[in-house]
Amino acid sequence: MSDMQDYASSLEDVNSRKFETFSYLPSMSNDQIRKQIEYIVSKGWNPGIEHTEPQNAFQNYWYMWKLPMFGETDVDAILAECEACHKAHPNNHVRLLGFDNFAQSAGASMVIYRGKPV
Amino acid sequence: MAKTYNAGVKEYRETYWMPEYTPAETDILACFKITPQAGVPREEVAAAVAAESSTGTWTTVWTDLLTDLDYYKGRAYAIEDVPGDDTCFYAFVAYPIDLFEEGSVVNVLTSLVGNVFGFKALRALRLEDIRFPVAYVMTCNGPPQGIQVERDIMNKYGRPLLGCTIKPKLGLSAKNYGRACYEGLRGGLDFTKDDENVNSQPFMRWKHRFDFVMEAILKAEAETGERKGHYLNVTAPTADEMMRRAEYAKEIGAPIIMHDYLTGGLSANTQLAQWCQRNGMLLHIHRAMHAVLDRNPHHGIHFRVLTKILRLSGGDHLHSGTVVGKLEGDRDATLGWIDIMRDSFIKEDRSRGIFFDQDWGSMPGVIPVASGGIHVWHMPALVNIFGDDSVLQFGGGTLGHPWGNAAGAAANRVAVEACVEARNQGRELEKEGKDILTNAAKHSPELKAAMETWKEIKFEFDTVDKLDVSHK
Repeated sequence: MSDMQDYASSLEDVNSRKFETFSYLPSMSNDQIRKQIEYIVSKGWNPGIEHTEPQNAFQNYWYMWKLPMFGETDVDAILAECEACHKAHPNNHVRLLGFDNFAQSAGASMVIYRGKPV
Repeated sequence: MAKTYNAGVKEYRETYWMPEYTPAETDILACFKITPQAGVPREEVAAAVAAESSTGTWTTVWTDLLTDLDYYKGRAYAIEDVPGDDTCFYAFVAYPIDLFEEGSVVNVLTSLVGNVFGFKALRALRLEDIRFPVAYVMTCNGPPQGIQVERDIMNKYGRPLLGCTIKPKLGLSAKNYGRACYEGLRGGLDFTKDDENVNSQPFMRWKHRFDFVMEAILKAEAETGERKGHYLNVTAPTADEMMRRAEYAKEIGAPIIMHDYLTGGLSANTQLAQWCQRNGMLLHIHRAMHAVLDRNPHHGIHFRVLTKILRLSGGDHLHSGTVVGKLEGDRDATLGWIDIMRDSFIKEDRSRGIFFDQDWGSMPGVIPVASGGIHVWHMPALVNIFGDDSVLQFGGGTLGHPWGNAAGAAANRVAVEACVEARNQGRELEKEGKDILTNAAKHSPELKAAMETWKEIKFEFDTVDKLDVSHK
């Protein structure tokens, strides 16, 4: 039993709160974010940015950061918007989406900047 | 000029073999693999199958002349060799759409796989594929919600969903069962699942199970901040009782219920699917008994047909096999029926066993569920084979973790996310899988322990039901 580990997660510990895809991996570096943006662009999806106070992350509707960037394929421009949203809302979760208008769904959705757990 | 009545036995091919016939867009088409008795000509057997699965009987009857039998009859319109097997051949039969009640896969199957399967002139018969015309598809209700709606309900995007079947299959009390669910869900699973044979036995009646499991879902949601579900199996001895269980699941706020569509029956399944659609519930479908029907390469019903039947009858998830796990499933054939579940148009592709173009119109898709003897080491291959629109379901591969379900769930969740991230970066999962997992395990002691536990397990037996390809 000595090498068995406890699974530390509880209602009390705010660090237990997750936020869906990639939230079980370490926080992304800028280089990793860039690669995910490249993936979204390569799929022909429309990039979009949303953010929320971490305590409201369970809700469907986060705040849109401007409109989805329809037709935008410049990875640097998209990354700059991600950074701008993060800078404006440093304590919020910021998620990057790839809207697939044919599937009428998000082909990708991931929190790229993690807010302060609450 | 009206026909005259001549009593007696005619050869089937005089009426039902029509090689010059061009199928209509509205015809239901079927491909049968026929193993005839020795000495019976192919055309005669094919015509007999067309006759016995449509309007024909063994002798001429006077009432044939009261209708337009030439319109209503099934037509055997083509015959082909089976690659690599001289004992049998393919026969293609076209049925006019008027032969079938609208929205009734029950009626279609009763004709196409009814008496004809016991016909003496055949040694064996297998229904390989059916083409449902859009005109017929549109009369069926189909999946209650579909893939996109499920993603919105469950808030899961850009990755496969993760599930786990609770084990042991039978014998747990409701409270202990709920514990096993809670542990899996808090560790990072999206769904846990009732095993198919968990219905409402003396050791755990359904209502207690539903109540305890719902508490597990709600607590895991509060703890992780993510949406969770458990496939509450409402399969029951009667359709009335099935509906009672479904109503209760809805009442307590469960997002998804489950049904066994073959043992429970297609009428019950269609009824339940329609109820789910009206009530905003997701429906997971198990396929117990399918291997009885689909595993013998010469006799029965191919799984791609059972897949189409389910999509029409209704279900949001359907077990598809894993290719890599403990259960049967040829890779190319599996890829074929996964497309049949999810896509809106599937082209004929013999290399994947698909005999007809199939147009589903606007009918939503079904999410394939890969389940059975899979563990973290399979994750790269599973993500590659199934893509995002799938549920990857690890039973033993979650619960068998040396530190328990929560750790097992976390291991799988880290593994699937690492694989998706790597795939999005353009890396080749099946080649670089070991690197990807090993790297992810640096940040996850749960994944590291899982990788050590299962590194030796493989399931390498040859497939019994292979695609028909020439081996001469």
